[in-house]
Amino acid sequence: MEIILFEVALTFYFAATIVSLLELSKGTRTTSRIMLGLTAIGFFIHTLNIITRYIVSGHIPITNMHEATSFFAWSIVLIFFFLEYRYRPGLLGSFVMPGVFVLMLFSSLLPRKVEPLSPMLRSYWLGIHTSLAFIGDAAFAMACGIGIMYLIQEHHLKSKKLGGLFRRLPSLQTLDEMNYKLITIGWPLLTLAIITGALWAESTLGSYWRWDPKEVWSLITWLIYASVLHLRLRAGWSGKRAAILSVIGFCVVLFTFFGVNFLLKGFHTF
Amino acid sequence: MNILVIGLNHRTAALELREKLAFNGPRLEEGLLKISELPAVNEALIISTCNRVEIYLNTDETERVVESIKDFFVNFFGIKKESLENTLYVYDDMKAARHIFRVASSLDSMVVGEPQILGQIKDAFDCALKQKSTGVLLNRLFKKSISVAKRVRTETGIAQNAVSISFAAVELAKKIFTDLTKKSFMLLGAGEMAELAAKHIITSGVGDIVVANRTYERACGLAEEFNGRPGKFEDFIHEMAHCDILICSTGAENYVLMKSQMQKVMKERKNRPVFIIDISVPRNIDPGINELNNVYLYDVDDLQGVIETNILERQKEAAKAEEIVEDEIETFRKWMLSLDAVPTVIALREKAESIKKEELERLLNSLPDLRDKDRQAIENMANSIINKLIYAPTAALKEESEDRDILIATIKKLYKINGNEESPSTRMKPHYSHKCNS
Repeated sequence: MEIILFEVALTFYFAATIVSLLELSKGTRTTSRIMLGLTAIGFFIHTLNIITRYIVSGHIPITNMHEATSFFAWSIVLIFFFLEYRYRPGLLGSFVMPGVFVLMLFSSLLPRKVEPLSPMLRSYWLGIHTSLAFIGDAAFAMACGIGIMYLIQEHHLKSKKLGGLFRRLPSLQTLDEMNYKLITIGWPLLTLAIITGALWAESTLGSYWRWDPKEVWSLITWLIYASVLHLRLRAGWSGKRAAILSVIGFCVVLFTFFGVNFLLKGFHTF
Repeated sequence: MNILVIGLNHRTAALELREKLAFNGPRLEEGLLKISELPAVNEALIISTCNRVEIYLNTDETERVVESIKDFFVNFFGIKKESLENTLYVYDDMKAARHIFRVASSLDSMVVGEPQILGQIKDAFDCALKQKSTGVLLNRLFKKSISVAKRVRTETGIAQNAVSISFAAVELAKKIFTDLTKKSFMLLGAGEMAELAAKHIITSGVGDIVVANRTYERACGLAEEFNGRPGKFEDFIHEMAHCDILICSTGAENYVLMKSQMQKVMKERKNRPVFIIDISVPRNIDPGINELNNVYLYDVDDLQGVIETNILERQKEAAKAEEIVEDEIETFRKWMLSLDAVPTVIALREKAESIKKEELERLLNSLPDLRDKDRQAIENMANSIINKLIYAPTAALKEESEDRDILIATIKKLYKINGNEESPSTRMKPHYSHKCNS
């Protein structure tokens, strides 16, 4: 059942991605409405998929790579809807939906079997720690997408070539505000994820911090976003610099998520 | 019945001639009255703007009417007939319909996509309606033109991009800042173009407005005009710390704002973005400033470049608009064709009715003893026979088909219907009781 739901959600995200890419070349109000509609249906079914999986396994379904990637994609769509509702920016879907689709496609290729949970992970911390981490990461993913939009729009304005996406992209100020908002959402969530992770580690492994590769890279991510916030507030690093930093920051997030799992070994590896 | 347009526009006639041929104020209704009274003119409508003068007509005698309209121009405006040579264009039938569709959609305008023309056409149509100088054909044509223009406006971006310096500046400001009402604006110096741009920025609702000028009195005057506060020219760099949009147009021979000064300003502004429009020639602001982070500097050439891309963009959209026009021409053509069938449909029914009446009378006269109820029954039967008999040919006539002309001729022949029927666009006799203001 949850496998069918997953496939259906994937299909809807795929359709939304196609429409969102069409929107890049030739956008109208209708295309953007269709895209939002398809994404909304996909998101609803995706949510059902996660709930069924929770019911089947009896724990929050973020315990293997398939589930984690799927949950990550789900969180990104969640934040996407938050931004759409709050700022109504143009073209955001075109920068987000392809990423969501790629994540879902990747997730669909991984083993999906519901495995019994290893005793080490059997704790209420699992749900809290992982969902905080992924929603935080999703905010950073979105900040990266918006950073790219900012860089494109800023390039149009600086180079004075106003063709292409100039007309349909939101204003620099809107993009910059969204970027800031997302980092103020993502960074506290990451902070909480690290704290809950430490508490959880203490309760099961006896120590708060073990210099596990995931922990180290999470700390690096945390420091990067802390400095993004600090530089913005203290040194006026808004706009272009903030946009570049959020793109770099997200590359580190991706490495922390995928790179560490595949390249380095540690107890976070699924 | 045929649509005919005779006119001239900014491409065919010099301003000098267009001025002479303008129907201003009361001259419009006077002209419309005179044209309506010309022989062979069934319907008439005049469009007179600063860029075009066009007479729309419904007539059966195209050539004759063209000549009489030329004579009308000569007499009405007191010009020489030679001056009209090579300036008038004449379109008839679907070409005329295409012309008005394109004019209404602003595809024929000097600045493609400009919004005024549609309003002017509506006024011209209203005036003709008041004067009752139009009938079925021109009414339909103009209603259709207005709806085509609206369709073009909503389905293409023909009117979207700014094609003047001042609108381009506003458009850019809106892509840098989300909400101009929270931004402050400074006009440095004066000058026609700068003031126009300032006006447009102010109308789009900026918050705080400062006007600085070398002559303080001039600054005070402009500040009053713009509802802002005057500033001293010497203090302008200091003011820059709080100003998000600057329009600069001073007569200075060299730069009044250097990159190093701007760097300090940006520090003071905590790096908040600033949009600077340098309209002065020679330039007054160090072009290197554009390299600074969060500073967007546009000079006259940059804005001109923006406008040029926008014009190209509009032309692309115009191609889409032309497609819409063709599409609508097709529907209009079908409607025109269906008009041809209407008289035949009516004649056919009349013929049937007259036969029925004749036969019923004869029958009822020979049977005087019938009860009312029976008479009624016989009449009903007769009605239902003729209805059923003419139903199929009527439906065939109304149906859209390419060989409708042949069908009309055939039916006329089969039923022996004479071909001298009046068209339904029979001109309503004009009443010239209303005033026309446009």
